[in-house]
Amino acid sequence: MATIQTISMAQGAQGVCDGTPVITVEDVHKSFGAHEVLNGVTLSVSRGETLAVLGRSGTGKSVLLRLIIGLDKPDSGSIRIGGEDIAKLPIHRMAEIRKKIGFLFQHAALYDSLTVAENVAFPLQHHRREMSKSELSDRVKQLLAEVGMDNDLNKMPSDISGGMQKRVGLARALALEPEILLLDEPTSGLDPISSREIDDLILKLQRERKMASIVVTHDLLSAKTIANRLALLDQGSVVVEGSFERLQKSDIGFVREFLKQS
Amino acid sequence: MSDRGQTAAAAIRPQVQGLRATHLSAIVNSATNLISGLFEWFGNLGIFLWQVVRAAVTPPFEWRELIKQLDEVGSKSLPLVALAGSAIGIVISLEARYSLGRFGAKSMFPATLVYSVIQVMGPIITGLVVSGRVGAGIGAELASMKVTEQIDAIEASAINPYRLLAATRILACILMLPLLTLAADACGLFTGWFAQAIVEPLSFHKFIESGFRGATFSAFLPPTFKTAVYGFIIGLIACFQGMRTRGGAEGVGRAATNSVVLASLFLILADVVLVKFILVVFP
Repeated sequence: MATIQTISMAQGAQGVCDGTPVITVEDVHKSFGAHEVLNGVTLSVSRGETLAVLGRSGTGKSVLLRLIIGLDKPDSGSIRIGGEDIAKLPIHRMAEIRKKIGFLFQHAALYDSLTVAENVAFPLQHHRREMSKSELSDRVKQLLAEVGMDNDLNKMPSDISGGMQKRVGLARALALEPEILLLDEPTSGLDPISSREIDDLILKLQRERKMASIVVTHDLLSAKTIANRLALLDQGSVVVEGSFERLQKSDIGFVREFLKQS
Repeated sequence: MSDRGQTAAAAIRPQVQGLRATHLSAIVNSATNLISGLFEWFGNLGIFLWQVVRAAVTPPFEWRELIKQLDEVGSKSLPLVALAGSAIGIVISLEARYSLGRFGAKSMFPATLVYSVIQVMGPIITGLVVSGRVGAGIGAELASMKVTEQIDAIEASAINPYRLLAATRILACILMLPLLTLAADACGLFTGWFAQAIVEPLSFHKFIESGFRGATFSAFLPPTFKTAVYGFIIGLIACFQGMRTRGGAEGVGRAATNSVVLASLFLILADVVLVKFILVVFP
C-alpha cells in the first residue's frame, strides 16, 4: 500500500468548517471480481467542508461516491454518515439517510422522459407529498433559478447542452435541501467557460448552504477552486491528503507526476 | 498389419485418446456452465421477485405511476390486441366452417367459434401480442434507464426503484391482460360471426345465443383470468431483463430481445400448466 501523507486540514477559504465529521470512511475495501478497486481508503469530511478526490481514471473515485450513497456496498471497512454505519442499516433507514444526500452523477442522469422542471420536481413529489401544486411549482422555479436554468423549465433533457444538464442535475440534487453533496465529475466534458461557471455555482451553493461535499474530479483547477482539501487516490488508496499547496510540496513521485501532467 | 503399421498405430493411440478426453471435457464443461448459468438466472430472478414483492407491499404506494402504466399497457395495447383478436376470429370462422361442413356439423359452428376463441386462442394471442409490444417496451425502457444511470439516480433520491419501476409495471400487466383478453375475445367473436354471416346469413343475436347455450361461468372465466398469470410473467421477465442490463446500446437491444423471447416462451410453457390446472379444478 502506498504511503499516506496526511496533512493538516486547510481552513476553508470558501466555507465555514465546524470540524465535526459528517462523512467518515474507514479502511474501505471494494473489489469487482478479481479487480480490487479500493484498497483501504480512509477519509472524513466535516460540515461546511469540500473535499476534492483526484486520481487517474479507474482508481475508484466514482466507486467511492457510490459506496457513500449506498448504491454499492463495501467488502470491508465502514462508512459513517452522521455517525451511522450505512452498511448495517435497513432499507428504510438508508432511504432516510439518502434524503440528506444530494448526488450529481457524472452524466447528470436526468430522467429523459421528463422535462427539466419535472426532473427537479421528482424527488419533491415523492418526499414532500404535503406540498401543494403551486408550492411545488414555486420551489422548482426557485431551484432552477439558483442554477440559472429558470428559462428552460419545459425543455426536455435531450434539448439542452451537457453543461445545462449538469446544472439541472445539481438543482435536482439540491431539491431536498441535503446536508451532504456528492459531485461526480461536475466539470467533465464541459468547455473551460462552462466548467468555471459550474465551479462558481458550486462555490456559491457552498457559501449559502454549508454542506459537507465530496467532489470527484480530474480537473485540478476546478479542485483547487472549489475544495478546502484534496485527496489523491492511486491504486485504490489515498496517497496524499491536504491543501493544494501541501500537495505541491509532496515528495511522492506519483503526486509530483500527477500535478505536473494536470 | 506390418510391424511398422502397428508401431505407428500404437504411437498415435494416446494422442487420439487425449483428443477424445479433451472433447469430452469440453462438452462436460459446457453442460456444467449451462446448468449453473440456468440456476444462477433463476436464483437472480427469485431474488428480484422477492425485492419487488417486498417493495410493493410496503408504503408509500406509487398510485400515479401505476395509473400511467395501466394506460401504457392497457389503452395503448388495445388497438393491436383488437386487430389480432379480429384476425383470429376470421381464421377460426373460415377453418371451422370448412371442417364442420365436412362432418355435417354446421349447427355446431357458433359453439365451436365461441369456445375456440374464448378458451384457447383469445388468451394466448393476447398474451403473445402484449408480450411483444409491452415486454419489449418495458425491457428496452428500463435497460436504457439502467445504462444511463437513471435507475441509480432514482435510488440515490431515496426512492425504491423496485417499487416505482418494477412493481407498478408488473401490477399493470397483471390487471390489464384479462381486460385486453376480453376485448380480443369480443373482436374475435364479432369478426368470426361476420365472416360466417357473409356466406350464410345468421343474426348476431342467434349466433351468441347458440354459441353460449349451456355455457357456465367456469367454462369461460378461468381461461380469461389465467391471463393475469401471463401478465405477471411478461411484467416480471421484462422488468428483470431491463433492470439487470449491462453494456450500453448493445445491452439495451439484448434486454429488449430477451424480454420478448423469454416472456413468450414462459407464457406458452405456463399455458400448458394452466390448462391442466383449469381442467382439474374447474372440470
